[in-house]
Amino acid sequence: MSALLDIRGLRAGYGAADVLHDVTLQVAAGGVTTLLGANGAGKSTTLRAISGVIRRAGSIGFEGRPIETLATESIARLGIAHVPEGRGTFQRLTVAENLAIGAMPRRDQAQVRADFDRVYGYFPILKERRDQAAGLLSGGEQQMLAVGRALMLRPRLILLDEPSFGLAPLVVRNLFAILAQVRRDAGVAMLIVEQNAALALSLADQAYLLETGRIVLSGRAEAIAKDDRVRSAYLGA
Amino acid sequence: MELLLQQIVAGIATGSIYACMALAVVMIYQAIHHLNFAQGEMAMVSSFVAWQLMQWALPYWAAFAATIAISFAGGFLVERVVFKPLQRAPVLSNVVAFIALFAILNSAAGFIWDFSIKPFPSPFGTRPLFGSSLIGAHQAGMIGVTLALLLALFLFFRFTRVGLAMRAAAENPASARLAGINVGAMAALGWGMASAVGAVAGMLIAPVVFLEPNMMLGILLYGFAGAVLGGLTSPAGAVLGGFLVGILENLAGTYIPVIGSELKLPLALMVIVGVLVVKPGGLLGRAQVQRV
Repeated sequence: MSALLDIRGLRAGYGAADVLHDVTLQVAAGGVTTLLGANGAGKSTTLRAISGVIRRAGSIGFEGRPIETLATESIARLGIAHVPEGRGTFQRLTVAENLAIGAMPRRDQAQVRADFDRVYGYFPILKERRDQAAGLLSGGEQQMLAVGRALMLRPRLILLDEPSFGLAPLVVRNLFAILAQVRRDAGVAMLIVEQNAALALSLADQAYLLETGRIVLSGRAEAIAKDDRVRSAYLGA
Repeated sequence: MELLLQQIVAGIATGSIYACMALAVVMIYQAIHHLNFAQGEMAMVSSFVAWQLMQWALPYWAAFAATIAISFAGGFLVERVVFKPLQRAPVLSNVVAFIALFAILNSAAGFIWDFSIKPFPSPFGTRPLFGSSLIGAHQAGMIGVTLALLLALFLFFRFTRVGLAMRAAAENPASARLAGINVGAMAALGWGMASAVGAVAGMLIAPVVFLEPNMMLGILLYGFAGAVLGGLTSPAGAVLGGFLVGILENLAGTYIPVIGSELKLPLALMVIVGVLVVKPGGLLGRAQVQRV
């Protein structure tokens, strides 16, 4: 089977030290995959390696073409939207400008306008605040803006780094409901790194467990959710 | 009263030049977080290029436009050749590169065009504007051209895709890269535009201070003062600061007997030190807070 994203033998790290030693994982087209693991296991590092933000070696294939040597901006232009840790908000630009930045690599201006309405449909609060500086939004609103910015690319794959981090439970539930809806509407694939394992497993079809830079477990999300190791360490059961 | 008004208007006229230099400095500061000490020398070389083109019998405005284009290309190239390889280098390496660029441009201009002082034409003439004693035609032209330039830049940054990409790259380079923006190319564009803005300032002030390799030394210092006063993180603040410094310089030179015209330059340094002590972020900028 040819996956949308196909990672084999990935090593990556910061400075001289490797954080990832041997990561192999696949994301199917239109599928949702989650990457679980403790703090420091290398979850965010995996996403940064895919986007080419950090040094990496091994093979990363996207839609059958190797991307492990491309620059970050070229990877984004292939249709991989990365919602980074800390949300990557352009604080001093307006909400609408933040969304326009998400669509920057696109040339189909008429459809970009339609996508503004689509994003405002998912997140009405962003429409209300479109002319405000994005730095004035609350944490939850900035996370919505980050997801909205990713959608403006019309991506084939969205990388989500800890989308629930620092948000109130109600806001998190709302956000994940919208992610599920986005998936149904647009058929966009997602790779989600999440500390809230129960939440991530509820949305995902595939799951991987990462421990100190290595994949130690993988399978269907329902099966992983029943695994004893995962239950005791990550689901608090 | 008439003297006061005259001095304020004259201050706005020279202030418009300081505003351009301050804006050029801030544009590069936004892109690479270093002060370009060679900004004045780049503007000086641009002015010489304009002079040379006019010696070759190009009419003023044709030379003006060609000089802007040449300066843009020059600034773009300087970034690609000199500063792109230094982007991860320590601060001191960058400072040394700026000083080297300063020395090279200054000496090269002296070598090519010699150090004698040359007159530079004004397209507006030197007569008083509409026969009034308030403002000369060239001063009015300086203000007018600067305002037109600032308006064009504002429209560019506010309403074009490239302008938005440049602002995004300056504000959050990591996130801009993830959105597919080529941050390096945006920095080179910023250098080109800063160089072009400096060229306009150089060509406008050259009829006043005359053309010679050291013509921009004091002017860049006032430009720095304007940029710091308005805030290095704010282009609008830099422009405002440039105008304020111009007015302040003229008023202090006229009304404070000790200062006169000889001690005007230390005034710029006093502004810089004063702002850094009292309000480091400047009037419209944000103070830089760093987590350690």
